Amino acid sequence: MTIVLWLPILVPTLLGALVTWRHADRWARLAPLATAVVIFATGITLVVRGTVTSSWVLRADATSSYVLLCIGAVAIVALWAGLTSGDHTVGVHGRADALLCAFLAAMSLAVLSDNLGVMWVAVEATTIATAFLVGQRGTRKAIEAAWKYVVLGSVGVAIAFLGIVLIYAANPPGESATLSWIALTSSDHGLNPSVARLGIALAVLGFATKAGLAPMHSWLPDAHSQAPAPVSGLMSGVLLSVAMYAIVRVQALTGLYSGAGLVRGLLLTGGMLSLAVAAALMLTQRDYKRLLAYSSIEHMGIIALGVGSGSTLGLAAALLHVLGHGVVKAAMFVVAGRILTATGSSRIEDVSGLLKTRPDLGWPFLAGAAALLGFPPFVTFFTEVAILVALAVSGLGWVAAGAGVLLLACFAGIARQVLAMTVGPRHQAADHHPTPEHPSRSAMVPVAVGIGLCAVASLLAFPLAPVLLAAAQSLTEVVR
Amino acid sequence: MTETMTSTIVTTAAGLMLLTAVLQTWRRSSSASVRLLVVQGIALAAMVGALGLRRGSIELLIVALLVAAVKAGILPLALGRTSTGRLDERDSSAKPATGLIGAAVLTMVAYTVSTPLRGLGGGSSAVPAGLALVLIGFWLLLTRHSAVSQLVGFVVLDNGIAMVAFLTSDGLPLTVELGATLDVLLVVVILRTLTTRMRATHGGTDVDDLRELKD
Repeated sequence: MTIVLWLPILVPTLLGALVTWRHADRWARLAPLATAVVIFATGITLVVRGTVTSSWVLRADATSSYVLLCIGAVAIVALWAGLTSGDHTVGVHGRADALLCAFLAAMSLAVLSDNLGVMWVAVEATTIATAFLVGQRGTRKAIEAAWKYVVLGSVGVAIAFLGIVLIYAANPPGESATLSWIALTSSDHGLNPSVARLGIALAVLGFATKAGLAPMHSWLPDAHSQAPAPVSGLMSGVLLSVAMYAIVRVQALTGLYSGAGLVRGLLLTGGMLSLAVAAALMLTQRDYKRLLAYSSIEHMGIIALGVGSGSTLGLAAALLHVLGHGVVKAAMFVVAGRILTATGSSRIEDVSGLLKTRPDLGWPFLAGAAALLGFPPFVTFFTEVAILVALAVSGLGWVAAGAGVLLLACFAGIARQVLAMTVGPRHQAADHHPTPEHPSRSAMVPVAVGIGLCAVASLLAFPLAPVLLAAAQSLTEVVR
Repeated sequence: MTETMTSTIVTTAAGLMLLTAVLQTWRRSSSASVRLLVVQGIALAAMVGALGLRRGSIELLIVALLVAAVKAGILPLALGRTSTGRLDERDSSAKPATGLIGAAVLTMVAYTVSTPLRGLGGGSSAVPAGLALVLIGFWLLLTRHSAVSQLVGFVVLDNGIAMVAFLTSDGLPLTVELGATLDVLLVVVILRTLTTRMRATHGGTDVDDLRELKD
């Protein structure tokens, strides 16, 4: 059974190598999607089995199995949609397919590794794999976005590395020094408390840069707006959550050692700042791809608040939110990419009356926006309410109230822009851009799957409840 | 190798690394910066080698060879080739006086904040120098405007982290060490490639020219 753990890492690595060699072949385009299916299937298998599986540095417990499932689901939506788009500015081709495989392998390794050091190596590898994907267009803007992304991303993650070095150094002297998460959390390993606290705080800060939490978020809107649509979908939908997963793992160490209050404070501050930054910049946003990027900052802020609440309810809701937000965000970036192809402009003022001119794009965009805003029956509604309740129950009523107000501001920002694009009157400017032929219906299937999954995920919460609770309990029990 | 000899080598290497980092803050020319990185890489490898000999650890000796090959060989080579367009780039954003004062202040800060780290590992008296390297690397990243200088800052930062790792716990487990070295190497290669593309699209490598993306 342990072989299953290696599939999400070995299959993409092999496929990636094959694609690098035969990138001109037609099947090469299917390699990333095939990888996504393998990751999803592995995630489902591990979640259904529900037991801890481990092999060398890899280990799958409830949390990692579930996040692996999320990676697979989001990747299927993003890559399937990228494949059927039939448009060459939206999809990614050639060697980019190999990089996508490497990206998926790195994310899988990050969530499946038991060793904190290996997890760090994998998170850094995601930056490496996506650098050229972000700069793929080769335009001035794309190069600028790629440069900022790689510099800020790797410097941020370097801080996390210093943190992990210090956690390792905090081990008592002798042969038993370890970075294994399970070894560190299953019994008190006697870490030097002041060094461990410093290391944990630095690791959380560093991974927070990668997770796009304010005030370390400045690379995010640039990178997510310049990358090709499926890559933006993957980065927004699941890469940020993988970084958040790393934070959750490191946070779990605070229970046995020290720094619990410090890390919770960092997460709550980062979460509130992210909501504030997103609210302020979405209200005045003029570019709809950047609007989606700021919405990702908002949702990472919500997830950080859920994790920062330190309660089982908050963590379980945050985990479910990762899935709900991920699949919708992937679908939304793909729709945004198609709107860009149809109108030739990424400015909000150049797009209007989509429901009339392009209902095939307008309706999914409106429905997806409703999901991002947290309308019922989308699962985001239930998870956002649960996170606010978890904050209030944990004695953080003021944080919950503040977050509620900021969420309303974010709501106003997105609603205003998206309504202008979809139901607003048609501008003169919009008529300058001839809309191309209607795409085939099959092209909208993955988008519908993504948004539909978010709508029914609240029902999925029943079969998923055991794994979510197991994951949240395994993490919070250590925290206490 | 005796204990005193090891500690002499470790302290000398740490001093050399700190000195090269401080010099980075006021050198303008990119080729001088890259030469300083070679010296820094050799010093780091010597430090790891000395620790390995004292512990009799084959693993650490292998890591020392790896560090020498990557930090003193491949990395500076990759960085140096960026400047082939013009053999030697001058970074006009370098302000020697400010740089030296900044480095002095940062070194003092490093000595203050590293109090909890004293008493860890063997060569702990040099740990603050590693943190000083980390802070000076940040300083270079923040104050320099040329892409190559920023890359040099990133490598200094990484050398500082490596130094803290070796001095506090004899380095990380070998798998992590290998993965981390490969990651840093790839990041530098990617940034070097982006610098070449930046020169093609922006006509220069001044990161101040990167201001098209904003809200």
